[in-house]
This record gives sequence, C-alpha cells and structure tokens, in this order.
Amino acid sequence: MAKYAIEVNNVGMKFNLSQEKLDSLKEYVIKMVKGELKYNEFWALKNVSFKVEKGDRVGILGLNGAGKSTLLKVIAGVFKPTEGQVIRHGRLVPLLELGAGFDSQYTGAENIYLYSAVLGYPKSFVDEKFDEIVKFAELEKFIDVPIKNYSSGMKTRLGFSIATQVEPDILILDEVLSVGDAKFRKKSEAKIMSMFKSEVTVLFVSHSLDQVKRLCNKAILLEHGQLVAAGSIDEVAKIYEEKTK
Amino acid sequence: MLEKQINTFKKYRFLLVELVKKGIKLKYRRSYLGILWTLLEPLLTTCVLTLVFGTFFGRDDKTFPVYILTGRLLYSFFSGGTKAAMKSIRQHAGMIKKVYVPKYIYPLSSVLFNFIIFVISLIVLVGATLVFGVYPNKWVITSLLPLVMLLLLTLGVGMILSTMSVFFRDLEYLWDVALMLIMYTCAIFYKTKTMEKTGHAWIFKLNPLYAIIKIFRDAIYGRSMFADPYWVIMPAVVSVLSVLIGVALFKKHQDNFILHI
Repeated sequence: MAKYAIEVNNVGMKFNLSQEKLDSLKEYVIKMVKGELKYNEFWALKNVSFKVEKGDRVGILGLNGAGKSTLLKVIAGVFKPTEGQVIRHGRLVPLLELGAGFDSQYTGAENIYLYSAVLGYPKSFVDEKFDEIVKFAELEKFIDVPIKNYSSGMKTRLGFSIATQVEPDILILDEVLSVGDAKFRKKSEAKIMSMFKSEVTVLFVSHSLDQVKRLCNKAILLEHGQLVAAGSIDEVAKIYEEKTK
Repeated sequence: MLEKQINTFKKYRFLLVELVKKGIKLKYRRSYLGILWTLLEPLLTTCVLTLVFGTFFGRDDKTFPVYILTGRLLYSFFSGGTKAAMKSIRQHAGMIKKVYVPKYIYPLSSVLFNFIIFVISLIVLVGATLVFGVYPNKWVITSLLPLVMLLLLTLGVGMILSTMSVFFRDLEYLWDVALMLIMYTCAIFYKTKTMEKTGHAWIFKLNPLYAIIKIFRDAIYGRSMFADPYWVIMPAVVSVLSVLIGVALFKKHQDNFILHI
C-alpha cells in the first residue's frame, strides 16, 4: 500500500489565451497566412509539487485566480497537465459542480442512472442505492418529473445525494458545503462529516478560512499558480492571513 | 497499457449503455408515435421518392421502391451517425468540463444509438421486399458484410469530424454540404446506367458509401457481391482506414478539447 493518496509532481498547466476567440476555419486560415496567430501564454499552475498522505484533510488556500480550481481539476483528471504528473491512489469522488452531467429532458430517476454512470458507478450499485438517493435528496414526489422543471436547489440536492453515495478514498470539495436551504445544508454537512470519520483523504477549497480551519488539518497556499506554503493548517493559515491583510 | 484501456472501458460500459439509451429515448420523447417513427419515417420518404423518381419519371420497375429504400436507409444512418458524432463533444461539454470520462465514449455512443435505430428500421425493408416481390436467397447472409463496413465507416468518419469540429465549428455547416454531394453520388434514387451513358461512372468508384450500398443491394436482390471484388475490397479498406485515422486523430487531440469547448 502506498503511503500517499495523492502525489503531485512538478505540475504545470498552460493555457493559450488567444486574443480573439477563433473558431472558424476561415478566420484561422486568414490569420495563419498573415502570420497573425498570436497567443498569450498563461501558466495557471507552474512547478507545483506536494504529497498528500492518506487520511489527511488538506485545505487549498489562495486568492481568486491563484489556480485553486485548476489544481482541483488537474487532480480530478479533467485537465491533463501540460507538465508533470499526478498520481492518485484509490477511488476519487469530485464534488465540483454538482449535477453537471444532468440532462434537462430526463426525469429525476433517469438522471440518477445517467449521472451515476458519469461518475463511473456500476449499475448494480445504483439499483441498490436508488431509494436511498431519492430519500436523501427529499425528492420522492418529483422523481418522475423532467429535471427541467426542477428548481436549482432540487438539482443540487439530487447531485449531492448521488455523488455522496459511494465511500470514496479521496474526496474533492469545491465550496459545496453551501448546498440548498439551511435544513439541507445541515444535513449535507453532517453527511460530509460522517465521510470524514472514515479513512478518507480530503481536498477542500473554500474562501472561508474558518471553515477550512474547522475541517482540515493541513493546508497549502497558492499564489499566481505557484505553491508558496504547505504544512499544518495553523502555519499556513497564518501566512495566508498576513497576505490578505 | 492495453489492459488498462480495457479496464477503463469496463468501468464506463454502463455509461456507454446509458448514453445510447438516452439518445434513443430522447429522440422520440414527446411525440405520440414514439419509436414507431423509426419505421414510418423511411417508409414515408420512400413513398415520396418512389412517386417522384419512379412514377413521375416514368420508370416501370416494380421493385424500384426496394432499390430506393436500401439506399436511403444506409445513407441516412451514415448521415445521422456522423452528424451526431460530430456534435457529441460539444453537446456534452458540461460533463467533459467537470468530470473525467474517457472522451471517445461520446462519439461512440452517438454512432451506436443511431445504429440501433437503423437496425430497427431495417424491419421496413423486410416488409418491402415481400410486398414488391424481391425474394432474397442465400446471398442475403452476405448483407452483414456491408453493414459492418458501414458501422466502421460511420464511426471512423464520426471520430475524425468530432475531433475537427471542436477546433472549427464551421465544419458542421460544411459537412451538411458534403453530405449533400455524397447523397447525390450514392445512386439512392436513380440507377447508375444514366451516369454510365454520360461517362461519369468513375465517380461511383471513388465513393465508399456507394460501394457499400451497391453490395448491400446485391445481397438483398440475391446476387453475389463478389462478382467484381473491387466493390467489396474498396469500402472494406476505406472503412478500416477511416477508423484507424479517426482513433489516431482523436487520441492525439483529446486532451486539448477542454481548452476549446
């Protein structure tokens, strides 16, 4: 068994920000012939390396545009890093934007199967957990209604309920603790807390330092795509507080 | 490496099934006749084409509707499948941006769902052969060969188009025009004799889709498609080649999709 749950080695992520958005062939050819194809290279992440031990709960701190979300997406496998590599051990569940895989014409029930499939669950598992998912999302009455008629709160509740049905080894949270109304928020926080109790490794992004302090034992700090500090939550929080003053 | 690929595929097989189901379910949702349209649609268009190209142009071939139907069914799968595959990446942009899923699942599922609808619609053809007195013999078994080629060709071309259209959205419009050209050079609603007279029959030799339609007709009309092996070998080579190119191209560029959608 590996000691680390996540190893991030020298990760760099480059984006080509073209000055104008080119997506027509004609424009592309014209610009290419004229030699006007210019890109602004932008490194959202550069030389980021750190390791997360199993069972650690790591807060990712940084100002807007520091590269927090990009880092999470690289770790989740959505972006392939331009440089370096990420090694993951175990089943990873990203709670990034909930319900991203929903189809609006589909009913709630159909979407449970679709979204579960997107997250890579086997069908037998969904069959077994179906009632639990519906019950947790409190959507018993509306489960056969097309999702386009759902309120945004109902959608996030369903997404949260599906995504948290598995026992992940690595959990990625991006500001999701603010799901739904106050009642559901309490319930979802309790659910996440119960996941914390098991040996789960957590990566957590939030702008609320209090929340990070409450949930995490370690932290890393990003600034302009570079890793500036890593260590226990108290040390990193201190540096972060100084930077934000 | 290959083992890893197979394991990932197994993990996402359920997603593939779900996406194929979604395609079929949503295609006919909210229509009264639902999946029956799979049969009605080719039937009605064949009626129109027979009326125009058979009756109006004064052709007295009793089996002409079967001739049209075979061409039309195969062509519309090719056109529907490639179009759906081409749009599949952009259509699922929301998912691609947030969750990791092997991306080939999207064009693959689009082609497969169109293929299933196509296979169902072949029932119409069975009916039409009986009604218009085309009685297939043992050669009908060879009709599987062009169907496999057609699936491969559609998948290959679909993968190529889905990769390219991420970077150039204009392709969606260009492909419509290209499809029109392909349709008119597939001899769907006319016989090739007219073209032979004007000396333009070489066009057919360059069109793999026409070759597939031709050998499929041979099989249905109870003839051997191997009489002139060119019509079997050419589309076989082209369809395998298109899959190889499609997969290679897709693999090379898939990591950049996310930066463009």
